Order: sequence, then C-alpha cells, then structure tokens
Amino acid sequence: MSVGKKDISCPPEAPGTPLKDADITEKKVTYVEDHPDMRYAWTAGQAISRFLNELKEGRLIATKCNKCRRILFPPRMFCELCYKPIDDWVYVKDTGTVQTFSISYIDPDARPLEEPIIVAVIAVDGASKNMAFMHVLGEVEPKDVYIGMKVKAVWKPEEEREGSVTDIKYWKPMEK
Amino acid sequence: MRVAVVGVGYSGFNANTPDLSWKEITLEAATRAYDDAGINPRKDVDSIVTCAEDIWEGFAIFDEFVPDQLGGVLKPTCTVCADFLFGIATAYMQIKSELADIAVVEAHSKASDILTFGETIKFAMDPIWLREIGSAHPYYFAALEMSQYVNECCITEEQIAEVVVKNKNNALKNSSAPYGSKITVEDVLNSPMVFDPMRKLEIAPRADGAIVFVLANEDVARDITDTPVWVKGVGWWSETSNYDTMSFNAAYTYKAAKMAYKLAGITNPAKEIDIAEVDDRFAFKEFQHIEALQLSKRFETGTLMQEGYFAKDGELPVNVSGGSLGIGNLLEATGGQKALEIVLQLRRLAGRRQVEAETGVAQAWRYIPTASGAVTVFGV
Repeated sequence: MSVGKKDISCPPEAPGTPLKDADITEKKVTYVEDHPDMRYAWTAGQAISRFLNELKEGRLIATKCNKCRRILFPPRMFCELCYKPIDDWVYVKDTGTVQTFSISYIDPDARPLEEPIIVAVIAVDGASKNMAFMHVLGEVEPKDVYIGMKVKAVWKPEEEREGSVTDIKYWKPMEK
Repeated sequence: MRVAVVGVGYSGFNANTPDLSWKEITLEAATRAYDDAGINPRKDVDSIVTCAEDIWEGFAIFDEFVPDQLGGVLKPTCTVCADFLFGIATAYMQIKSELADIAVVEAHSKASDILTFGETIKFAMDPIWLREIGSAHPYYFAALEMSQYVNECCITEEQIAEVVVKNKNNALKNSSAPYGSKITVEDVLNSPMVFDPMRKLEIAPRADGAIVFVLANEDVARDITDTPVWVKGVGWWSETSNYDTMSFNAAYTYKAAKMAYKLAGITNPAKEIDIAEVDDRFAFKEFQHIEALQLSKRFETGTLMQEGYFAKDGELPVNVSGGSLGIGNLLEATGGQKALEIVLQLRRLAGRRQVEAETGVAQAWRYIPTASGAVTVFGV
C-alpha cells in the first residue's frame, strides 16, 4: 500500500446523471415490481400464550423473579438479567403512567392521518421499572397529554376480544 | 492459542413445536450448553454470535433479538446472517484475536412458523432475472443443479436413493431425529418424482430446533473442562449469486474446506478425517459435498456409497446423526446440527450411534439458491 501525499485533484461536486420525466415515461429508466407473498404464524410460546389468553378475560398478567424481585411485563419464562426460570405469575393493573409519547400525524405510507395517533409507552402499575406497554391513547386531546399522566385501559367488549394486544382499544386519562 | 468447544446444548429436533416460541427453544438449548460448560453466562461470557436470517424469522434486524434468551443483556452481541458454521468462524476469530476468552454461538430454526416456505425461498432469488420465471416451487433450483451434476459424475438414481436409506436408517439411532425411518432403496425409487430427476424422499422436510456452543481459548478450556474439542480449522466461501455461472459441483465447499484443512494442517482429508457430517438437504448434495471435502474422488463416490463406505460402520461414516434427511431442514441451524454431532462423537457421547473418531469435519451450505458454504474441522 502506498502512503504519503499524492497530487490528486477532486472536483467540488460530482456532475451526476441528469434525468428527465420523459426518461421514465418512455421507460428508458426502468423498474421491476414484485409483491412477494410471505406469511408466517409465530408460535407465541408458554409466556405470551398465557398473556394473550388473559387479555380475553380483561386482565394483564406478568411473571416474577424472586432473585432480582422484579415483576416482568410482558411475562416471560425466564429472567433475562438473572438468567433463571421465573418463580411465579402475578396480575398487574390495567392502569399506568405515560412514560413517553409521540403525537404521530403520518401513516406508514407517508400520507397524512385524518386524526393524529398518540402512541405512548405506559409504565404499568404493579410491574417493575422499565416494564411497560406500548399502546395508543384515546379520549384525550394531543395538547393535553403529558409525561407522568395517569391512564387506564379501555377494553373492547368481552365478546369482541380475541387474545391480541388490540383487545385494549386504547388507554384514557384517569382524571378529567 | 487454540480454540475449544467447551459446552454444547440443543433443543429439539422436532417437525413442529407448537408449545414453545423460538425464544423458549433457544433458552432451553442455551441453558443446557452453559450447564455443560459449567459457566454462568451473565458473568463468564464475553461475546455472543447468533446466526439468523431475517426472512426465515419473519421479522427484521434480528440482531436486536439476540441477547435475552442467551444471557447476553448488556454484552457484546451480533448476528451473522448465515449458517451456524459461519458463526463458529466468527467466534473463532474473536477468541484468536483475544477480544473474547469465552464466546457463544447460537442458531435456531422455527421453520414451522413459516406458512409460505416456497415464496420465502423465492425471496432470495434475483427479482429481475430469476424470480418471475415460472411459478413452480423453487425446489426445482436444486433439481437443476442435480440434473447437471449427476450427469457429469455418472451418479445413478439407485446411488442417490442409498443416501436417503443410509441417513433415515441412521436417524433411527438418534432420539432427536424426527424423520428416521426403516426404508429401502425401493421405497425411495417408488416415491413421487416431484422435481424430475428429484424424488420426494430425497428432499429433507423442515424441522425446528436450536443449538448453542460455548467456545473458549485454550487456557480457559483447560480450566473448565476435561474434554475440550478443538476447533482445528474454519473456512467459508461463496461462488456467485448468478445461477448461470455457478459451478454446480460445490466449489464453495471445496474452497472452504481447503481453507479449514490448511488451518488444521490436514493434507490428506480422505485419510485424516474419521467422521463427517455434511449438508444433505437434497440427497444428491451429500455426494457433491463428500467430493468437495476431498473425502472421496469424483466418479468413485456413488460406488463407495453403495458399498457402505460412508455407513455408520463403514470406513468413513457420513451423517451418522441421520443428517438433514433424518433430522430435518434446520435452516441456518443446519451446520449447528452437523457440528453438534461431530462434537458429541468426539466426546464419545453419541450413544447407540457412537463411532471411533478423533478428527471430524462439519459442512453446511446456505441452501437454495446459493453457492455458499462453510466448513469446520474438529479434533481431540
């Protein structure tokens, strides 16, 4: 490999390749489109299966590690910090505190949403620190949301629940 | 400073695992591996390598999902988007370069989670050049390669059937092999011709499972185990993504083996290798890979197969575990199953399928439509 200063001059900018609308409409510049059909059915496993079934009953369940004494939410079969099996199942509340939030105005295709969606990370009452539920807020004006706001889950009617995180419609402020 | 395998663990292998998530099967394999090595992952492990391909998982940036189930929260972890044996090479380099004293390698398959397996394989095909041609299941890719290879090498359909018979019968001695079966050459020849010249029984069905290895440098290995298995050589190689310019004779494995044999100081593989586990996800691939590993000569492999040279009690046992035909296609964990069998054999823990061996080679391919593969040489 050579080292040392070389007499190399660089242009201040690269000229690039100019493109006109016509280059695309006349298909001088081409694309190939494909829409793959890939589908999966992920096994939820021991911990998350129980969690999803409890959602149908309108309950939030967590697991507990007796070594670090954390309440792990969402539940898992092992404590990832102590690296040991969990010791117990415990219910946590369907209330919590807004830990962080974003008022989102744009959909995944970069189109404006009719109504902004307030996505929030909710620290669930009864679970340990950094054990939270990412969900959406409702029945609240974007300007009124704040970090530290107390919220409560608004569940779908029992007959409409299907064992999914969307069995909770949204979380709403506890105080008016 | 040499590198040793000081612990192994696995979960599976099963045709389906409806009761456990991929995290939970990986946790089981890891717990067994750490117990085997006698270490605490939270204290003792310096680096973790997971071998995963996002498209098999069904979600992106798998790197983020590596730590928890392996005891790797707040530790250096990474993903190698390739087979387990590429991960062994990565961990080997990390230990050789003294970045890690103990490194962990993991790969898993939750193939049963994939609903559209054919479409998922097709995603690996060049979208402009290959993907739109015809609408057959992409297993025909293997059949195209097979057609050319068996013609060039004069391998008969009876000889190919012998691979299926050998491996599925070997699998009967492996309680972790879900596709073991007492079949005959006739059974194979009577199975449906699904991708002419390839028959249904020549294709490994899918399986779920996880494999975890704990690797350590020589000093640590001497401290924590009486039965180290040395990683004597690693190699990996790719040909090209262009299907029309691939060798169709597993040059990727020939080159990867050259690299691994050089590191291991092996000059006559056919004599110095006692046992081999090779990628047999399509039966003809076993011939290709045996030849590319220089374990037999071209034009002789078919006859040797029929004579029982590669049988469990033959001169050079190949796929004593049952291979992928007996265990199933474990996706990126395929090489993990191969390496696991070699380590169990060298540690004399292979039970009813135990053979006499001091040096073994594990080989894996990156499946259709690739010409990439990796090789690891193990020894005691």
